[in-house]
Amino acid sequence: MKILVAIKRVVDPYVKVRVKADNSGVDLANAKMAVNPFCEIAVEEAVRLKEKGIAEEIIVVSIGEKNCQEQIRTALALGADRGIHVEAPVDVQPLPVARMLQKIVEKEGVEMVILGKQSVDSDNNQVGQMLGALTGMPQGTFACKLEVADGKAKVTREIDGGEQTVSLKLPAIVTTDLRLNEPRYASLPNIMKAKKKTIDSLTPEELGVDVSSGLKVISVEPPPARSAGIKVESVDELISKLKTEAKVI
Amino acid sequence: MSILVIADHDNAALKPATLNTVTAAKEIGSDITVLVAGSGCDAVAKAAAAIDGVSKVLVADNEAYKNQLPENLAELVAEVGKDASHILAPATTSGKNFMPRVAALLGVAQISDITAVKSEDTFVRPIYAGNALATVQSSDNVKVITVRGTAFDAAVAEGGSASVETTDVVKTQEVAEFISEELTKSERPELTGAKIVISGGRGMQNGENFAMLEKVADKLGAAIGASRAAVDAGFVPNDMQVGQTGKIVAPELYIAVGISGAIQHLAGMKDSKVIVAINKDEEAPIFQVADYGLVADLFKAIPELEEKL
Repeated sequence: MKILVAIKRVVDPYVKVRVKADNSGVDLANAKMAVNPFCEIAVEEAVRLKEKGIAEEIIVVSIGEKNCQEQIRTALALGADRGIHVEAPVDVQPLPVARMLQKIVEKEGVEMVILGKQSVDSDNNQVGQMLGALTGMPQGTFACKLEVADGKAKVTREIDGGEQTVSLKLPAIVTTDLRLNEPRYASLPNIMKAKKKTIDSLTPEELGVDVSSGLKVISVEPPPARSAGIKVESVDELISKLKTEAKVI
Repeated sequence: MSILVIADHDNAALKPATLNTVTAAKEIGSDITVLVAGSGCDAVAKAAAAIDGVSKVLVADNEAYKNQLPENLAELVAEVGKDASHILAPATTSGKNFMPRVAALLGVAQISDITAVKSEDTFVRPIYAGNALATVQSSDNVKVITVRGTAFDAAVAEGGSASVETTDVVKTQEVAEFISEELTKSERPELTGAKIVISGGRGMQNGENFAMLEKVADKLGAAIGASRAAVDAGFVPNDMQVGQTGKIVAPELYIAVGISGAIQHLAGMKDSKVIVAINKDEEAPIFQVADYGLVADLFKAIPELEEKL
């Protein structure tokens, strides 16, 4: 089985982001970048399927500016076999991304696509599902458990208040939630090996996809600042404030 | 303008987030139809028809929609909603699951998780886990939107008298099959919907000590959460995690116990109405966002709190 894993380059989730003074977006200059945490889980899951002998090849794709090849290298060091980079604007929207992935899925003939459920920058949570609609593939989103056997993927999903299990006929799409696995760290020898793996470059034009979107960002602003409140001296004072001042208990 | 709201339900009852979504719809326009797709979902259709501000309820009652499988539901919604100006669904795990498929079938963008309606085509949505708010404008014919429930008041669930119609559009496929569902049976409310949340961090020292928080939670009817540090240390399971990579909560009252207040945790709870922090380190960053801070040893303060509540 051939697996496609889509990954995104994002600001390291442990870094505090700043909105630009002109409210045009978030300041990415000099920000530390990383593989989106959910995408890292997607890579790990694919590698585990390969280690179990279920997957033969893992292709990792990232769509964005040239520097997202760094994140593709990271995924290659974690165990992906080869990379595809589609050079596109940094703010390319989910629908054109899904359309580009659709073209790659068709070209490569993959039987499973694993993606993070959402990126921690734009928080859209859309690409996997959109790819499902475009390809007609079934989807197991927010996966916390994945079993592949007999041409089917059994996916346990995190839903509000519990878990749901679905069975999907391959080819299928899986999007990852946090509990699916704990990604490994790349070893030094594997980082060295990853440097020799190939990364093919493509453009949206070559894939025949228009990257424009019907959605325009008008402004980006910081959320209303939360100011520090008061210090209370005792549990009694705390309870009294919550009852009489905040009226929340 | 005609707005289609997709009800979230379990075939027996309407999920409350549907009411918040109707409020968002009312801020956009007045011609509101609620689609109830399910199986044996009469009670849900009745409840939807009673929501204040809803003019029509459309029922698609078929086995194909019983478990809200997105492969079927998205085809139905795209068919029923193709001439609508807006299609709205709550940003619950169900709405998040099928709505992007609807958008892709219609060839339009989806606007995820809106927290405010500026006009019929302009909306506000949090990005970077709420560390920035983006105002976005859509030029698509159909605006496909998911709504963050905690950002809108619930519409009044009674008094409405919408007409109820049925649709016989049936969309089925053979590629996905529902197997089972296991809902956590807990006396406590669900973390993302709870009015009060009490969370523990690394300061709890171990998993057993979370029992102290449970006692307080029982008295307050609260849900229990944890910081990523507590999860990473193995104190509690990951599904309790509040933060950028965990659950985003916005309760009336959030009590952070032994949590220092890393950015990644603050991103998950800073929209709470009232924040209480209990921490022995008075320099902890959590105090910078807390409305009420108590500098104290949690092993003394929490039992005292439980006793006095």
